[in-house]
Amino acid sequence: MSVHAPWRAMGLKDAEYERIRELLGRDPNRVELGMFAVLWSEHCAYKHSKRLLRRFPAKGEAVVVGPGENAGVIDAGAGDTLVAFRCESHNRPSAVEPYQGAATGVGGILRDVLSMGARPIALLDSLRFGPLDDERVRHLVSGVVAGISGYGNSVGVPTVGGEIQFDPGYRHNPLVNVMCVGILPRQRLTRAVAAGPGNTVIYVGSPTGRDGIHGATFASDQLGRETESRRPAVQIGDPFAEKLLIEACLELIDQGFVVGIQDMGAAGLTSSSAETAARGGCGIELDLDFVPQRETGMDAYEIMLSESQERMLVIVRQGYEEEVHAICRRHGVPSAAVGTVIAEPVLRVRHHGEVVAEVPVEALAGQAPVYDPPAERPADLAARQTLDISSVPVPQDLKAVLLQLLGSPTIAEKAWVYSQYDYEVGAGTVLGPGRADAAVVRIPGTRRAVALKMDGNARYVALDPLTGGMIAVAEAARNVVCAGGRPVAITNCLNWGSPEKPDVFWTMKEAVEGMSRACEALGTPVTGGNVSLYNEHEGTPIPPTPIVGMVGVIDDLDQAVEMGVPEEGLAVALLGETREELGASEYLAVVHGQVRGLPPRIDLDLERRVQEACLTAIRAGLIRSAHDCSDGGLAVALAESCLVGGVGARIELAAAFRPDALLFGESQSRVIVALREEDWPALEAIAREAAVPMQRLGSTGGRQLVIDVGGACAVRAELDELDRAWRGAIPGTMDPGGEA
Amino acid sequence: MKCAVIVFPGSNCDRDAHRAVAEVLGERAVYVRHDATNLQDADLVLLPGGFSYGDYLRAGALARFAPVMEAVRRFAAAGGPVLGICNGFQILCEAGMLPGALVRNRDRRFVCRPVHLVVENTETPFTSRYAPGQVIRLPIAHGEGCYVAPGEVLDELERTRRVVFRYCHPSGSVTAEANPNGSARNIAGIVNEAGNVLGLMPHPERAVEAYMTSTDGLAMFAAVRDWLAGPGARAVSRDQAAAGATTGGARRV
Repeated sequence: MSVHAPWRAMGLKDAEYERIRELLGRDPNRVELGMFAVLWSEHCAYKHSKRLLRRFPAKGEAVVVGPGENAGVIDAGAGDTLVAFRCESHNRPSAVEPYQGAATGVGGILRDVLSMGARPIALLDSLRFGPLDDERVRHLVSGVVAGISGYGNSVGVPTVGGEIQFDPGYRHNPLVNVMCVGILPRQRLTRAVAAGPGNTVIYVGSPTGRDGIHGATFASDQLGRETESRRPAVQIGDPFAEKLLIEACLELIDQGFVVGIQDMGAAGLTSSSAETAARGGCGIELDLDFVPQRETGMDAYEIMLSESQERMLVIVRQGYEEEVHAICRRHGVPSAAVGTVIAEPVLRVRHHGEVVAEVPVEALAGQAPVYDPPAERPADLAARQTLDISSVPVPQDLKAVLLQLLGSPTIAEKAWVYSQYDYEVGAGTVLGPGRADAAVVRIPGTRRAVALKMDGNARYVALDPLTGGMIAVAEAARNVVCAGGRPVAITNCLNWGSPEKPDVFWTMKEAVEGMSRACEALGTPVTGGNVSLYNEHEGTPIPPTPIVGMVGVIDDLDQAVEMGVPEEGLAVALLGETREELGASEYLAVVHGQVRGLPPRIDLDLERRVQEACLTAIRAGLIRSAHDCSDGGLAVALAESCLVGGVGARIELAAAFRPDALLFGESQSRVIVALREEDWPALEAIAREAAVPMQRLGSTGGRQLVIDVGGACAVRAELDELDRAWRGAIPGTMDPGGEA
Repeated sequence: MKCAVIVFPGSNCDRDAHRAVAEVLGERAVYVRHDATNLQDADLVLLPGGFSYGDYLRAGALARFAPVMEAVRRFAAAGGPVLGICNGFQILCEAGMLPGALVRNRDRRFVCRPVHLVVENTETPFTSRYAPGQVIRLPIAHGEGCYVAPGEVLDELERTRRVVFRYCHPSGSVTAEANPNGSARNIAGIVNEAGNVLGLMPHPERAVEAYMTSTDGLAMFAAVRDWLAGPGARAVSRDQAAAGATTGGARRV
């Protein structure tokens, strides 16, 4: 250990330490150094990503609160009710301790949304794991799912959706990205701000222990052989305490004497006090003797850096302290006045009567270095983008390919996962997991609903980050549209390797550019998000993984659309157009073992028009089911619609090009819809108006999926057979010998 | 009808139950806290789902010591209808107001999904709007919903027609495959000896409106309203008034 340079062990570089000395005009003591180390970590300070994130379009008509707060807030057109949402990663803790890592990820994102004065109404999770044939990966999957289930179910917020993908690139470094959506009456909107000298700083929530010390620093570091020893940096969650905390805080905020409120999440008391003070342009004086503690003999360093869960920092108007304590008592939540807002912009910390830290607020929360790392196109990218399609043999048995794809874990049905989540608590779930392209949750007391989706395709990003970034946003929006929603805004998690590697950083820069262009084209601003860097195992970075969390609005519950074909005798149409594109596809990876080529092209203007046409048709009541073509292409999308609805289909395609590209290629901006025959002309008119290509695929009926190409049968499969492959894959791997 | 929805720390279906009665059925509903000693003159008591006291120790094990449970016992002993849903069912068993216990699901995992139930007894205050043998669809969401009891207790429950709901195939046949959690004899819901205390694991309050998975749950709340207006309830209300004068009177079944 670096005895002579203790900052290095805390994750600070020598130059950063020098900068701290300059800002303070002296050497920091150990407590101060620890405070800087966490607040200047990548997780808190975004030092390598800040400049990039400025590229994201943040303004829009519907945006009430944009980036920089604990969560974004939008006006969903539901009168006085606003929608708050954010997503966050809990990757590192979940790699080390999957149950608690995932559970506390859920806890943290709930408190971020709560900080805005919102009642959480929905959770979603985007997960990435290595291949399921690896026993350790199965252990991680079981643990993460159980952690999300154990926390979310108990706290009473439904986990309504999400997605999971499996790829060898995540074998040692799983991703756990969690999104929370809440609702609030406009007048309850709260900010994480400490203002008004003389106001009181009140600690609300569970007592502080020694868990999670330096969690934020850990979250900004790589995983490696020593990772197991980082287990103490993982926090322990208590959903019961969180449930009580949510009810207590909502009641507190309703009283009107709360000036600001912030979760004590990453970097705990340090970040919550420094960040609220920085936003309020003032200082805070804390006395640690009053901090509720569950362990004895904790020193100031430990108290300031603990990441114990289920704690909030509440700034209240002077004179209302007793009211706060009374409300907390009634909810069974500990509370204690631990400090005061002061005019002088410093964070001053006392312990046992002595000042143990005194740091300018701005230095901690605003003057972390901002880097502009070098970006360089990966040297091997051009080679990876090369795909000689003629070298890929066209499989003889296309039905076997369809079965293989349906049974591949990324495409296979995920009921094994989502049936462990209470997706209906709250009684607002209109379309839960597995039923539509996006989850649909009612806005209480109205006929409106939000349509929610998390999505991201790392393979596209790895092979063409600009296009991959655009597709990440476009596909999430398309999913929201398929469920009947108008896309409104996004949040995001950027999961990457080390930004200090120029090729890694270049990919991130390009992806952010792509995401931004798509957001601009589709009119969905970015209201915030989270960055998780240094996701590497022994020097190897994860696949570049932007995850988009999209929120859309459905004006009336009756307009929510399922992906399952609901009945026989419907016409099946394709909006959009299929091109001969096999690069970067799931088909190429699963069937031919090749991860290469350029991802499908995307024309953002066509994308916007396809979405517009689809939504117009849904609102006109023409659409009986809608499903986006994504992983596995047209054939997989058709099979999924048939399997979810339990109704077969007969499809006829013209032999425009090689049949595998036709069936399994992943051309963008395509939606498969089912509609009544008599509504066909009306849909055609809408498509023509929007200049969207539209093609008849066939009709629904029977218990088979039959796909003819150029008049010859390409696939003829019993639904039952497809169903076994699709539904059986994950239970068959996770519970071998159990019921499929 | 006035429904008291009991709120324990950690209850999380209290608002859903309140909404089903107040907004959907159009009756009165009030929240009654765990530390209350009276039920605000309610004529239906509802113990909602959730994780009371975090379900630490055992699901429902701590809630039975809450002060309000004394009032609930008195109310039930006087014949008042008590409906325990999910965690509420667990609490009723822990409190000895219903026989048996709910233990960890057979496959050790939480399970959330719609299930089919066959209604075996329509002569309770909660089930009169269903037809005998009717198959209804309600969602379940629990980790500890496997109903267990000694064989003789199960025999007695069946002999006295106190098994109200069983998990079944959509056709109505009671099969092992239709059992989502390993419950003894596919039992999903039972009543006490007097028939006025019902506990069930499925969630009727999540099946009351068109946008939900099903609307089959609404009939359960509507049935109680019917019953309260009928002759059986009038006899009970006299007893309740009498019981109000005394204290205690909890009866273990």
